[in-house]
Amino acid sequence: MINNKKLVLIVDDDPDYLLQLKTNVESFGFKVVTAENVKDALEVLDTKPDLAILDLMMETQDAGFVLSYKIKKRYPDVPVIIASSVTSETGLNFHLETEEDRNWIKADKYLEKGIRSDQLHREINKLLKL
Amino acid sequence: MEKLRVLVVDDEPGIRSGVSRILRNYSIGFPFMEDDFSFETIEAETGEIALEIINKNAPDIILLDNKLPGIQGIDLLEIISKMRLDTAVMMITSYASLDIAVKATNLGAYNFVPKPFTPVELKSSIENISKHLFLKRMTRKMKEEGKQIRFQFLSVLSHELKSPLNAIEGYLRIMEEKQVGENIEDYMSMIDRSLIRIKGMRNLIMDMLDLTKLESGKKSRKLIKTDLNYLANMALDTVKPLAIQHNVTLNSNIEEDLVITVDKDEVEIIFNNLLSNAVKYNHENGEVNFSVHKNNSNIEIIVKDSGIGISKEDLPKLFEEFSRIKTSETRDIAGTGLGLSITKKMVELYQGNIKVDSKPGIGTTFTIELPIA
Repeated sequence: MINNKKLVLIVDDDPDYLLQLKTNVESFGFKVVTAENVKDALEVLDTKPDLAILDLMMETQDAGFVLSYKIKKRYPDVPVIIASSVTSETGLNFHLETEEDRNWIKADKYLEKGIRSDQLHREINKLLKL
Repeated sequence: MEKLRVLVVDDEPGIRSGVSRILRNYSIGFPFMEDDFSFETIEAETGEIALEIINKNAPDIILLDNKLPGIQGIDLLEIISKMRLDTAVMMITSYASLDIAVKATNLGAYNFVPKPFTPVELKSSIENISKHLFLKRMTRKMKEEGKQIRFQFLSVLSHELKSPLNAIEGYLRIMEEKQVGENIEDYMSMIDRSLIRIKGMRNLIMDMLDLTKLESGKKSRKLIKTDLNYLANMALDTVKPLAIQHNVTLNSNIEEDLVITVDKDEVEIIFNNLLSNAVKYNHENGEVNFSVHKNNSNIEIIVKDSGIGISKEDLPKLFEEFSRIKTSETRDIAGTGLGLSITKKMVELYQGNIKVDSKPGIGTTFTIELPIA
């Protein structure tokens, strides 16, 4: 039997959030591969994921953007979600709604950490066109 | 009523007059303030004009557009941040340019208002920035008066307290929704992580109590002649259960008759922090060597472990408040990032010094010298 579950890559340096997100996404019926930093993420990228969810601030303040850029360069068609708690902590707002934003930030969706799991499920399905 | 001077730097006349109009009859009061704030607006259509105004008389608040005809907002911000003024800067800009947002934040911009903004948005931003300015000035005044109220510390502390709660809440939500099924065994790793985070939070509270003792100043210190031999052996007894739990052997070499004038509680905190670290960050079947002896006019305390060690890059961060060395090996160890900073402060109370020497994978040695006289 062919395993046709979609593969989701999740990268976050907070081990608790990583485990929780992995559990969430697996409960939606996806396969999950995880990494705790940019370096490890680049290693597991040899297998092409169907979607990636990246934390924003890891080793550096913009590690998520950098990683997203690298993923897009290698696999232009893989949708990327940036998940961060930066808005609730700093009040800074990032939107990825316009073409101009997306040219700059190579990601498809910006989500605030702590969103409900059914919302997350909807956003993933939308990006995977399910 | 105190008047705050607001400088609006924008090449669009509509924005400048809009801000002036909105702020003209606006005032804010906070329950913790005796006086209300009202606002006086000054307008500048270019960065160059703004700079002249700032040089003559620095305003309290600057609303800064990024796209300006001459010098750009972000460059002006850089100049302003170098001037170290008592001024809060808020960028008026659209969301689009994230690079600017990141750079501006690094340069100390307090906030962003998207353009175009409604009067309500502007007022709420101004309210926040005024509060920020007020708190900043109050903090400085207290510092000048010698009142060590540490807002910075408290804000980091609140982050440290919130983060375990968020993690535990996340796990509970997963269990509430039974995301991995009906079998409790499948939730064990989440329960374990929750317990680790709870333990970390408890340790943080204990460390906070130590810190309070330290910060409450010399009044409550009880300096009496004490034999460190007795305190050192007591500390060994305290850490023994933890060592047994971790399968770590404790060796000690403690000289007799080490009389020194100290506060018993403070020395206990020093011993307990070093010994419990040496056990926690050790390998299974590892060793801790604890030695206390006289060395000229000092008492030398050495705690040597055969543990995971600390890399060269991480060593400078070791004694900072709330700094925890993040590696896969330290992830499951409950730590607060306060223990060593407290230990160092305690040692310095005695004009002593603390040194650390470490090799990753081999172990770490802490050496403390306390002057006897």
